[in-house]
Amino acid sequence: MKIVVCVKQVPDTKGGVQFNPDGTLNRAAMLTIMNPDDKAGLEAALRIKEENGAEVTVVTMGLPKADEVLREAMAMGADKGILVTDRVLGGADTWATSTTLAGAIRNLEYDLIITGRQAIDGDTAQVGPQIAEHLGLPVISYAQNIKVDGDAVVIERQYEDRYHELKVTMPCLITALSELNEPRYMTPGGIFDAYEKDVTVWGRPDLKDVDDANLGLKGSPTKIAKASDKVRKGAGEKVVLDTDEAVAYLMGKFKEKHII
Amino acid sequence: MNTMGLEEYKGVYVFAQQVDNVLDGVAFELLGKAKDLAKDLDTDVTAVLIGSDVKGLADELAVYGADKVIVVDDPQLKDYRTEPYAHALSSVINEYKPDIMLVGATAIGRDLGPTVSARVATGLTADCTVLEIGDFPLVAAPGKESEQKHNQLLMTRPAFGGNTIATIACPDHRPQMATVRPGVMQKIAPIEGAKANIVEFNPGFEPNNRYVEILNVVKAVKTAANIMDAKILVSGGRGVGSKENFKLLDDLAEVLNATVSCSRAVVENGWQPVDLQVGQTGKTVRPQIYFAIGISGAIQHVAGMEDSDLIVAINKDEDAPIFDVADYGLVGDLNKIVPALTAALKAEMA
Repeated sequence: MKIVVCVKQVPDTKGGVQFNPDGTLNRAAMLTIMNPDDKAGLEAALRIKEENGAEVTVVTMGLPKADEVLREAMAMGADKGILVTDRVLGGADTWATSTTLAGAIRNLEYDLIITGRQAIDGDTAQVGPQIAEHLGLPVISYAQNIKVDGDAVVIERQYEDRYHELKVTMPCLITALSELNEPRYMTPGGIFDAYEKDVTVWGRPDLKDVDDANLGLKGSPTKIAKASDKVRKGAGEKVVLDTDEAVAYLMGKFKEKHII
Repeated sequence: MNTMGLEEYKGVYVFAQQVDNVLDGVAFELLGKAKDLAKDLDTDVTAVLIGSDVKGLADELAVYGADKVIVVDDPQLKDYRTEPYAHALSSVINEYKPDIMLVGATAIGRDLGPTVSARVATGLTADCTVLEIGDFPLVAAPGKESEQKHNQLLMTRPAFGGNTIATIACPDHRPQMATVRPGVMQKIAPIEGAKANIVEFNPGFEPNNRYVEILNVVKAVKTAANIMDAKILVSGGRGVGSKENFKLLDDLAEVLNATVSCSRAVVENGWQPVDLQVGQTGKTVRPQIYFAIGISGAIQHVAGMEDSDLIVAINKDEDAPIFDVADYGLVGDLNKIVPALTAALKAEMA
């Protein structure tokens, strides 16, 4: 079978967010990583490959530097990497991003497409379901378990208070949760091989059945009106009171804030 | 994308999420916000109720401010599945042409929203915390005043793990769609006895390859609480002193219907399991209220909780760094303050 995994290179917000002295985000100082949900999706694909045999192709859209994330995926065991990069694709919102990725995936054969649920920079969880919609595929979001069963996949789809065990005939698209698995490390041999292999680079002309009007900043229905780094909030009030006064103080604040 | 005839799109619509024929609280919160927006736009509020045998829930939506309720009722819609729900909601949008469509940012809404937005070819802004009506661009470029659009939905959301904030508009497409984090908007005071103005609509549900099969519905037995979903966290650190002394925090958490979490030192001491750990090596949380009790506030801990809406710190060390991020800091003995606070809250809520 053939599996396509979509991954994104993201700034590492968890491993230590760096701030400038004025409280704004120091992006240049932040490392980049493979988005965690995507990595879980890749791991799921690699496990299917080991159990059932599969060819795993990793696709990313980004700047030329995003080549790194494909090398990492190949060092983990992915067979092929495709980088979709073009100036006209910049500034894309989720609609334009999903349109682009769908345009790339239309060139590929696939039984299963796996994306992460969401990326840690945007946190939208939109691109996976939107790719499925553009390709006319069934989508199962928030997968916490994936098992291949003949020409179908059985998936545990997580909700706040339950999960649904779903069965869907391939082809389909699944969005993966980080808790799906513990992704493997790259192996030294894998890293060596990954840099021997070629990454395929696609630009705008390689996207299939895509209208220019739906790409990049121009093709994004949502527009940023204002963006700002959140200035970190400083200390509030600190009081030294005896127990009864301290409790009365806090109860007063809670009432003021309509918490109680 | 069809960008013609934007003026045909009218009204503020809310997806009224129900599960097992019980409306989700976020539906009422969205109606409350929708009322504000509708007032600014001089229009009305419509709830879209999708499910099987759900008509009986419509009055409850009227009680919380829905002027009209569109009911899509079909046996195919019994349990949530992306396809029949997306078909239902996008058909409602195509038929009734709302100006604004709000959806809760739940595990359902964050799947339904993107699918529907792609299907009706409009933008969607995820996990909004502020919604208001205003101009786009916010300030017109000189000489281009006539190009500025008025009465636009301005959607503000955090990104970058909460480190940046963006305000987003969808000026050339309709509906303007947003998902909204649960617990952020306020529901209105109930209008007792309100009766829904119901419109029934069924676009037809013919199963196809996109209708997945539900083999099993497994409801979670409440085991390890997910601290990332908690609205209130009562978090303890080394200062709590022992595993047994977490009882003080359990009691406070019970009164507030909160969840207990902890710092890394607590996990290392074996007082609490690692699932409950907040911080750089644990989980990043952003509850509405975070109690930091006996937590000194090392940078690794703060990184995981500083985006909480309100932080209350209780620590006997006046110089503890946790006070640098706390909204309300109490310097004192947690063994005295926590039980007294629990008792006061219990009395208040009785």
